[in-house]
Amino acid sequence: MDALNRAKRAMPLAKGRAFKFGDDISTDHIAPGRYFHLRNDLPKLAEHTLEDADPTFASRVKPGDFVVGGRNFGLGSSREHAPRVIRECGVAAVLAKSFARIFYRNSFNVGLPALVCDTDGIEEGDELEVNLGSGVIRDLTKSTELRFTPIPDSMRALLADGGLTEHIVKHGTFKL
Amino acid sequence: MGQTLAEKIISAHSGGPAAPGELVIADVDAALVQDGTGPLAVRELEKAGKVQAAHPERTVIFLDHASPSPRKELSNAHAILRDFARKTGVIVSEIGEGVCHQRMVEDYIRPGDLLVGADSHTVTAGALGAFATGMGSTDVAFAIALGKVWLRVPESFKIELAGSFTPGVYAKDLMLTIIGRIGADGATYKSLDFTGPGASGLTMSERFTLANMSVEAGAKAGIFAADAKTKEFLTEMGRPGDFSPIAPDTDAVYEKTFTFDLGKLEPTVSFPHTVDNTRPVGEAQGIKIHQAFLGTCTNGRLDDLSIAAGIVEGKKTAPGVRFLICPASRKVYRAALDEGLLGIFVDAGATVLPPGCGPCVGIHQGVLGDGEVCIATQNRNFHGRMGNPEGFIYLASPATVAASALAGEITDPRRA
Repeated sequence: MDALNRAKRAMPLAKGRAFKFGDDISTDHIAPGRYFHLRNDLPKLAEHTLEDADPTFASRVKPGDFVVGGRNFGLGSSREHAPRVIRECGVAAVLAKSFARIFYRNSFNVGLPALVCDTDGIEEGDELEVNLGSGVIRDLTKSTELRFTPIPDSMRALLADGGLTEHIVKHGTFKL
Repeated sequence: MGQTLAEKIISAHSGGPAAPGELVIADVDAALVQDGTGPLAVRELEKAGKVQAAHPERTVIFLDHASPSPRKELSNAHAILRDFARKTGVIVSEIGEGVCHQRMVEDYIRPGDLLVGADSHTVTAGALGAFATGMGSTDVAFAIALGKVWLRVPESFKIELAGSFTPGVYAKDLMLTIIGRIGADGATYKSLDFTGPGASGLTMSERFTLANMSVEAGAKAGIFAADAKTKEFLTEMGRPGDFSPIAPDTDAVYEKTFTFDLGKLEPTVSFPHTVDNTRPVGEAQGIKIHQAFLGTCTNGRLDDLSIAAGIVEGKKTAPGVRFLICPASRKVYRAALDEGLLGIFVDAGATVLPPGCGPCVGIHQGVLGDGEVCIATQNRNFHGRMGNPEGFIYLASPATVAASALAGEITDPRRA
């Protein structure tokens, strides 16, 4: 699954289905505290991804799909496990109207694109095509097109290296 | 041009005037991870071949979230962290020593410091005049190993406080009111400077409560000037030499200013399931509770316990209500013992837990049953937070929690 993710990240174009969520999806929704003991076993923890927002998510999501949120996605705790389990499920990117600060930072650190855009028009199950290079998101189901806010250069650099650990391994220090 | 507290501290750690929006590589004075975030940090450092610490004497690993460990997986996580500490010389704060944020302000943080922590409530130390912010495991891992972190210099909001509290109203009510006004994402990416006569009038413990919950408005940091009270606190903690004054410049530039009059506040409650869902306690009056929880990095200090003990002394917890008390640190626990507070709680029918995060994170020590309601002094009431998505959490001050524990329903402490 990891290799597949890496391959997907290498391609600027990603295509998959939208899983739609509302505003204020917290890291407790994404990686519930009651599974605290599974934090050292990411594949197991990932079986519970977003369980408290949609208990069927983890069994339905396929590699290449998208998580689509509303406002303030990922608020709450600093647990990096939240973007990690989403990535572990093969999700190509998270789209939201806005992100909580720590979740946003963590996402790029673990190689998961977090894209800011107006998600109101996207519905559950829509086929999306996201072009990380051009910044264009096409909703193939609705034949609509929108743009995401450009990814800051520092985040783009992290993404290009595959995450913060890979960035440090490659450069020995911060090259942002 | 004048600087805010965040700009001042980040500038001093990045070799030049740091302007909002700029990306800097900053020197880190202190770092923390806890037992939920630490093992992942260790794993990333192993992956990068950097099992090392730039400042081991000011890098602390806290075994506080699962303290003591309720499961073998968590015992093994603790073992990974103790082993990392042996290899790198960093400090381990063992089970029973307390919540990371309380221990950092008691023993490690100085005004003007730059602290990063793999825990969102790392912002607590801002009350000492430090720039303290929460990040994920990997960011903090490399801050530990390299002594550096990248930061986007935040714009600042001024939180201007005036007046003083009326009886029955506390710092928690103020912070819930602030978050209700700003919104859960109203200060995302911003730093808060708490200023004005109302801010200098607050005790250190009250300042910790405010700084602690800055992140619940989305903020990256929440900072107070370091003044005579800061000095007094550091002296009480046995480290008077760690004090140095710091304050925002009078001509500092703020993106927004919010003003609050402490004298006009009411006891306030956050309704499930978001912290900014705040209402006056009157609107919660009569809601039946199954559990009342007093503790955490937000409100588990001696003054919090003392206020609650004053309300429950000589009385009994309502039948069917579990009243849980969790001192934030061993120091607080010891002082509460000496002052007879724990005896008062035990006589009232409460259960005293060992210092740590207690039931706040939903791991153990007070997980809610289906449909159960808890009133708590903690900082979050998210869906599922206390271990059960079928539970309902209301946030309030220690006084409101204590009064509610006696009544068996959410109660205005001014009526108790």
